Amino acid sequence: MKRVYVNEEWCLGCHLCEYNCAFANSGLSDIAGLRGRRIFPRIHVEGDEKEGITFAVSCRHCTDPLCVKSCIAGAISKRDGVTVINREKCVGCLTCVLVCPYGALSPGEDGIMQKCELCTENGGTPACVSGCPNRAIVYAEE
Amino acid sequence: MNEYVIIGNGVAAAGCIEGIRSADSEGRITVVSEERHPVYCRPLISYMLEGKTAPGKMNYRDEGFYERNGCRVIYGKKAVSLDPVKKSVVLEGGEELNFGSVCVATGSSPFVPPFSGLETVEKKFTFMTLDDAEALKNAVTGESSVLIVGGGLIGLKCAEGLHGLAGKITVCDLADRILSSILDSGCAAFVQKHIEEMGIEFMLSDSATGFDGNTALMRSGRKVKFDVLVLAVGVRANISLVKDAGGECGRGISVNGRGETSLPCVYAAGDCTECTDISSGARRVLAILPNAYMQGHAAGVNMAGGEEDFDCAVPMNSAGFFGLHVMTAGSYDGECDDMSPESGIKRFYVKDGYLTGFILVGQTERAGIYTGLIRNRVPLSEIDFELMKKIPSNLIFSSKIRKKRFGKVVK
Repeated sequence: MKRVYVNEEWCLGCHLCEYNCAFANSGLSDIAGLRGRRIFPRIHVEGDEKEGITFAVSCRHCTDPLCVKSCIAGAISKRDGVTVINREKCVGCLTCVLVCPYGALSPGEDGIMQKCELCTENGGTPACVSGCPNRAIVYAEE
Repeated sequence: MNEYVIIGNGVAAAGCIEGIRSADSEGRITVVSEERHPVYCRPLISYMLEGKTAPGKMNYRDEGFYERNGCRVIYGKKAVSLDPVKKSVVLEGGEELNFGSVCVATGSSPFVPPFSGLETVEKKFTFMTLDDAEALKNAVTGESSVLIVGGGLIGLKCAEGLHGLAGKITVCDLADRILSSILDSGCAAFVQKHIEEMGIEFMLSDSATGFDGNTALMRSGRKVKFDVLVLAVGVRANISLVKDAGGECGRGISVNGRGETSLPCVYAAGDCTECTDISSGARRVLAILPNAYMQGHAAGVNMAGGEEDFDCAVPMNSAGFFGLHVMTAGSYDGECDDMSPESGIKRFYVKDGYLTGFILVGQTERAGIYTGLIRNRVPLSEIDFELMKKIPSNLIFSSKIRKKRFGKVVK
């Protein structure tokens, strides 16, 4: 299946992926609506800008994910290879944050967990990838 | 055709069912469920009190789970004995089930010390099952004074759950601090202060020795009035089936990474077992949900003739108390690196060049990066340890490792 892969040597550290992700999942009609608001994207840029190393981190959609096996609410599962969360069941205990070895999960504004679902609910190609100006993240088969 | 019997119907049993089915789609599976509920998320009972979830949303698997996996579930019956030679399990009422292999996933039970006068207390509860939580919810009103005996995870999550329902909540514990099994004094005091600010009262280094109706007689000589009593002193692994059959047990049923007990064709998984904690090398009961699922799954795969070794068990907990998150993992017997900021706690424990444990309070972002270092026994010489102590980031790994983590399919 297709996943998001990172080419860190191309990452500009521009954080556009974070904004495109937050916008895609916001229900807003215009990205300008995010201006001045704290965003809660499902992808985040890590690294050291001074050293010139930056890269985007989002869910790896592991083939045998620890978060699924560890969720105390049975809220995380696999659907056609995509690791998805049922926010109705999540209670915000953060056990998934404690176990994800990639540090890919963070809660939403309401304290309930959210995660990258490859924009399966947003119509196709992940918004973070579509908006990346330098192909530092790609949506591809391995 | 293989005959599988699973005794217990919690998360370890669910893992076992899924493990069996990953290797054998044909064999017959019989599940013995003492509780009259399909598998549900036991750790959510405090969230149910709080209103953050409801019984209808607490199911661990969907409605078609047992049918899809070809399981027969016997509800409301307890297994009373296990015969590893005859390969049979006897249920209360006398029904006998024969097995090719069996998984004992009987969980744990609340430990209730022999308090004098406990029988004179009208409204008393333990806090372990969905039925316990529903009964407790029905017994508490806005005027109730609740006394919780036990300041561990169960007692404190219960206190949080009851906060909006009860008039007054007091927690007592014989230990000198709360959460004594996972926090040292400094960390415990920090968390305690936060919980006290929400109006919960504590009586530490003191506990009930007996009861007289609605009065608890404390070790210190004090008397505490209450309307509702919750006993959350601790839990004991349910080991008797295997122990009575001659299987090796410590505090829990002794299992290896494959879920095997010392008895042939008898497997065990979850809170009733003890296994090797790789962060310390010690044999321990690791009564946590992720462990239960993974042990159950490994047992199931091996019962069905496959190969799975769950060999990276570590203790770990993530729990929020009134918005303050506490995460702990591993063991604390190494050298402590205290990186605590003013607003929280961040402590790392290091031994022989490996991260063995950590305590995080309030600063829990991306903590799984740390847990991964413990679980995967990553030598600290291979990462940027100084950076790791400051921020949890994938930058601690070399670019080569990062390429594997983010440029490939990962397990």
